[in-house]
Amino acid sequence: MADRQHLLELRSVSKVYRLGDVEVHALRDVSLTITAGEFVAIMGASGSGKSTMMNVLGCLDRPTTGQYLLDGRDVSQLDRNQLAEIRNRTIGFVFQNFNLLSRTSAIENVELPLLYGGVAGSERHRRAREALDHVGLGDRIDHHSNQMSGGQQQRVAVARAIVSQPRVILADEPTGNLDSHTSVEILALLQELGRGGMTVVLVTHEPDIATFASRIVVMRDGRVLSDHRQQPQAARLELVAAPETGAQP
Amino acid sequence: MTPIQTLRVALRALMRNKARSFLTTLGVIIGVAAVIAMVAIGEGAKARVSDAFASMGTNLLILLPGSSSRGGAFGGFGSMPTLTWDDLKAIRNEVPTVRTAAAALQTAAQIVSEEQNWSTSITGTTPEYFDVRSWQVGHGTLFNQSDVDNSAKVVLLGQTVVDKLFGPNVEPIGRSVRIKNVPFEVVGVMARKGQSPMGQDFDDSCFVPQSTFMSEIRGGLQKYIGGAVFIGATSTDATARAQAQISALLRDRHHLQQGSDDDFSIRNLTEVAQAQEQGTSTLTTLLLAIAAVSLVVGGIGIMNIMLVSVTERTREIGIRMAIGGKPRNILAQFLVEALVLSVAGGLIGVALGVGVARYLSSSFGWPLLIQPDIVVIAVSFSAVVGVVFGLYPAWKASRLDPIEALRYE
Repeated sequence: MADRQHLLELRSVSKVYRLGDVEVHALRDVSLTITAGEFVAIMGASGSGKSTMMNVLGCLDRPTTGQYLLDGRDVSQLDRNQLAEIRNRTIGFVFQNFNLLSRTSAIENVELPLLYGGVAGSERHRRAREALDHVGLGDRIDHHSNQMSGGQQQRVAVARAIVSQPRVILADEPTGNLDSHTSVEILALLQELGRGGMTVVLVTHEPDIATFASRIVVMRDGRVLSDHRQQPQAARLELVAAPETGAQP
Repeated sequence: MTPIQTLRVALRALMRNKARSFLTTLGVIIGVAAVIAMVAIGEGAKARVSDAFASMGTNLLILLPGSSSRGGAFGGFGSMPTLTWDDLKAIRNEVPTVRTAAAALQTAAQIVSEEQNWSTSITGTTPEYFDVRSWQVGHGTLFNQSDVDNSAKVVLLGQTVVDKLFGPNVEPIGRSVRIKNVPFEVVGVMARKGQSPMGQDFDDSCFVPQSTFMSEIRGGLQKYIGGAVFIGATSTDATARAQAQISALLRDRHHLQQGSDDDFSIRNLTEVAQAQEQGTSTLTTLLLAIAAVSLVVGGIGIMNIMLVSVTERTREIGIRMAIGGKPRNILAQFLVEALVLSVAGGLIGVALGVGVARYLSSSFGWPLLIQPDIVVIAVSFSAVVGVVFGLYPAWKASRLDPIEALRYE
């Protein structure tokens, strides 16, 4: 059932919101298939439906009509508890504003998905450490988010996203709050995860950022406007001018 | 998530906001402390009341002669002698629920030692009196029946009288004192008894044999008893029956017609004591109700802060949900937070309440009485308060939409 060809598959998905008396068609009959290991950028202006698509792909929201197959399983009719379980096991989120728990250490933030996944204490700690090592923050596990730079916080968020070894990383404007240098660092990290076999879906409105993806899906008015593959640009620090200050990996 | 993990998450969240957590729980702390202190004070007061009545004598009935009525003005009980010495004998011998009985003839007189003099109450009685009043001699001996038969000039002094007449360092036994210019030999000092429920000092009194009292101190009627009769019933339960039986006996002996008033009155001190205790209990219940209300107010305080907390931590809830927290995990976390606040409040409140009760009981000189069951009830009640008032905020948190919650600023 775990068809490598179709990890994420939207089949004629529509999403309609009701704002008072007005119906808002955020997604109109969208069909999209993302295969395992792809690095996909979803682009579009605000209001194009890319955030709604992201929420549906991330199992935070259910389509109004249509089917969403995640790893071969139709998740469009699951209840809140079942969706929470899918999010916990299969999906890792990276947000624009990091969304770390405040006044909480890096390691505790990273352990959180494992806590909800029912992983036992010592195992949880070990895996969280590994994930933080992986993003280059092995020496800052006890730092709180307010003691870290934006780039470091976003790397903690990436560690949190990968700690439960999900099939797909959903990154919603992950570089939106970062300077260009740290943006490239984060993109390099995401590309590395892609090379390791993880599927990465990146939502952005910046064409520069989209060049690092192997496929670009452009949204407009709730529909897919274009969908093409490209040779991704490798994220290397030489691409940007060296900053005076910045987090060292 | 296991309950332990939920507890740990809740504790961590509470520790992030220590000052607020403490202030939130303050309502419950004060409520529980009030409950504990109120109950302890109430029990202490009750114990003191029953101690005071026990000091009057155990299973005690007091029989007073009847009232005089002259021209429609009633003189009150004891104003006319109606009880005879034969009545007393009959009560002793014919009423099965009466253990023993003694008359107490009383007057006030000046008592004079070599150094000092003091005005006190002189009681003429028989040895049974001390049994009925459960009053022991402190040192020396009680006078006995032969002293009564022989009208011996012996006296028993109360502790207060000893202090006034001799001071603290003089041995009073064997000394001579004069009452109405008649010399008496001090044979014993009564054990300290303290105050009556009405505040009268029991120890400011002295006792002489009844016959001596009648011949040397206050003469008067020979056939009638010029004072009260103290009667000890066989048991506490028997006091009411003894009262009825004595009443029947005396009505018969005094040839009272059906429908006419008694020419005597019987006071049942056990009943008075019970009424007093009931009064104290009523007061305790009232105070307890007020304390319980304050505990509920404390619970509302917890609900209030938890609601604020849920709103304030909307984004945190969104994050937790996004990475896999199920609605019931969120519900459990906030419910446990409320529970921890209320139970911690309960425990701190118990400590505070015990402290307050201890302070008050030592300053009032009451016994400190804290039953373990009231502590258990107070803590469990505060836990119930935590669950009841924590449920709504926790439910609200668990119903949040993760997308909306993540977007919350």
